Amino acid sequence: MTLQTVAPAMGAVAAIPLGGRPVASPDRPAATKDIAMTNDERDQANSEQGGDLRVDVAIVGGGLAGGSLALALAGAGFRVALVDATDPSVMRDAAFDGRTTALAYATARMFRRLGLWDAIAPSAEPIRDILVTDGALESPSRRGGVVDSHLWFDGAALDGEPYLGWIVENQIIRNALFDAIEATDAITLLAPASASGTSFDAGAARISLKDGRRIFADLAVAADGKRSALAAAADIRSHAWGYGQKAIVCSVAHERSHDGVAQEYFLPGGPFAILPMTNSRCSLVWTERADAADAYIALPDDAFLEAIGARFGVYLGALSLASPRWSFPLGFHFSESFVARRLALVGDAARAIHPIAGQGFNLGLKDVAALVDVLTSARGLGRDIGDLSVLDEYDRWRRFDSAALAFGTDMLNRLFSNDVGPIRAARRLGLSAVNALGPLKRTFMRESGADLGRLPSLLQPERVSSAP
Amino acid sequence: MTTTAADQAESPTPRVSGATVDGGEIAKFEKMAAEWWDPHGKFRPLHKFNPTRLAYIRDAIAGHLGRDPQSAAPLRGLRLLDVGCGGGLVCEPMRRLGAEVVGIDASEMNVKVAATHAEETGLSIDYRASTVEALVDGGEPQFDAVLNLEAVEHVADVDLFLQSSAALVKPGGIMVVATINRTLKAVATAKIGAEYVLRWLPVGTHDPRKFVKPSEIERAIRPTGMTVKASAGVAYNLLTDAWRVVDDVAVNYMIVATKPGGPGNA
Ligand SMILES: Cc1cc2nc3c(=O)[nH]c(=O)nc-3n(C[C@H](O)[C@H](O)[C@H](O)COP(=O)(O)OP(=O)(O)OC[C@H]3O[C@@H](n4cnc5c(N)ncnc54)[C@H](O)[C@@H]3O)c2cc1C
Repeated sequence: MTLQTVAPAMGAVAAIPLGGRPVASPDRPAATKDIAMTNDERDQANSEQGGDLRVDVAIVGGGLAGGSLALALAGAGFRVALVDATDPSVMRDAAFDGRTTALAYATARMFRRLGLWDAIAPSAEPIRDILVTDGALESPSRRGGVVDSHLWFDGAALDGEPYLGWIVENQIIRNALFDAIEATDAITLLAPASASGTSFDAGAARISLKDGRRIFADLAVAADGKRSALAAAADIRSHAWGYGQKAIVCSVAHERSHDGVAQEYFLPGGPFAILPMTNSRCSLVWTERADAADAYIALPDDAFLEAIGARFGVYLGALSLASPRWSFPLGFHFSESFVARRLALVGDAARAIHPIAGQGFNLGLKDVAALVDVLTSARGLGRDIGDLSVLDEYDRWRRFDSAALAFGTDMLNRLFSNDVGPIRAARRLGLSAVNALGPLKRTFMRESGADLGRLPSLLQPERVSSAP
Repeated sequence: MTTTAADQAESPTPRVSGATVDGGEIAKFEKMAAEWWDPHGKFRPLHKFNPTRLAYIRDAIAGHLGRDPQSAAPLRGLRLLDVGCGGGLVCEPMRRLGAEVVGIDASEMNVKVAATHAEETGLSIDYRASTVEALVDGGEPQFDAVLNLEAVEHVADVDLFLQSSAALVKPGGIMVVATINRTLKAVATAKIGAEYVLRWLPVGTHDPRKFVKPSEIERAIRPTGMTVKASAGVAYNLLTDAWRVVDDVAVNYMIVATKPGGPGNA
């Protein structure tokens, strides 16, 4: 859960720690079902009982992953309930989430297919190049020069796709999602509403809301973020650790053009990313040890800007703050399973990674696309979409696919978030070597573009048909 | 590398009692019944195999009756009989695809397991502990589609079993038979591979002498007026751990037979 309270203009803002709510003791009255009733008849009966909702899929968590899943499932013909504890008007507000997302080009394809891209595109800044630099604050690249120990992901080297991706404000995506969700009949949006109890029975997943309403679904989806309460209710364990780091997030406006170049500096406290935005702005994701981050966040505006400038360098000219500041405690987790009977985990509920590679939500969207593929083909065969034999396909696909990237980003952060001389020398060598190897570099780039591995149909290039 | 092997977990039921039942086989399979629906349990191979088989059956029935297999409920309104329904792994999907399903099994326990599960999932399926011979004798109305999956290789009298099944098909209707071929390759993969090497099935699940050749099925149903329209093999790929439809019918195979007459399109 990434709910933040926002202090008045430009003030320091602390994010409430991410995490789902503890589940109240799930009550389990015996399921009453009539064998002679069809699903349709049961719907009827349930809605007549009042307060109960019968859907194909009940999604808990209306963040970026849950919202995208609701739309994609509705587009594939499923009836969906989408539950979130937060009022959508709060989630739509600019102050709710100051982050940007680096959307991989495969992800942009998916938004195109979901009919969201037109709403997003005007606010999306293409990423033309990515410059990754290691080193001390006085590195020449920060002054616009080119140094040896960096990775230069040249967008032009990526045949076929015009850009590496786009930088978009999360709030732009969130508003596009809610606009579309509210216009979709097949989605019942229940927000603000908190799930208080869940059970995953042989016949249905049942979600009890705090206000007493109940949702019956063939499948429940946990899109409730890190420390998912749904995953916990299904006894799914997770490997988790904190980084002792926080990411400071804000936007700055600058004098000169960023030319669509995203930069990432590996500084001793952690990576410092400068992501190009529209209107001559950049989004900062500045990772520091938690105590240092708190201290920086508490600085007055001019001192905060000065601290940014010292890291930023002068290549974009004069800087000014263009948003409030947010901070996010960083941690890693990877679920032992992405499924249980009548439950699938997507997005940060399945695994959450360090933002060092800007891949968290891109992984989440790949989950969404893969789950829609698996459920659609299962339904086409008359299979039960909540059955473990169906969900196993999703688990195998996504858990194995994302493990390498998740643990890779963990290693990257460990490797780069320190100032130990020999390690720095070694990683400089590593970066230069990667830079020299064309094909490997392309693989790095395509991984960043989320285009590696078996692609779900929503993510496939338009020119390739998904089925022969 | 593609290796064919048996999926035989599904057949654990002697499909027929009375005239053609082989009594010794009932006990052998009854103890397996409770585990039907655990995809990680003993029936894992069947759960892996099921999607491939369901797709073939859906496409065969929809194709024969001129329906769109990709539509929401391509089998809507069809009367369908699943012979040797086991725990209901085929009946339930067929019901969701719209068919009015009757599932019969000679094992009382299988029928109970299947009915319990259908109740849990809220599907109405007519499960009966019965045999094709008993249905014919009892004057059961005919079906648009009859499924005979992994049953033939467990019955005592193949011809009588197939002819009784065929008698239950409406004019213009369709029957799908799935079984194992009596070839050296089938013994190697479906018997030795599945029971001894991969340990998918308890040793003794299959008696290779009871495997049935496609020509024997064709000959058995000919007197009923049914003709074979299509056949296909099903092969397991060890590397991808997935099944797929292939041309080679030397091991596991499926046969589609149709009966002339009737309105054709249901
Ligand atoms: C600093 C930072 C920068 C990042 N940059 C990038 C980037 O550039 N590119 C990228 O791809 N990813 C990035 N990420 C990762 C990305 O932001 C996350 O992966 C993504 O937002 C996760 O979305 P989600 O929908 O899975 O979870 P969340 O956003 O956590 O949503 C969970 C939702 O569930 C609701 N909820 C929780 N519990 C309940 C309950 N019991 N009942 C009802 N509702 C409940 C919450 O209210 C919330 O709305 C970044 C992350 C950070 C921290």
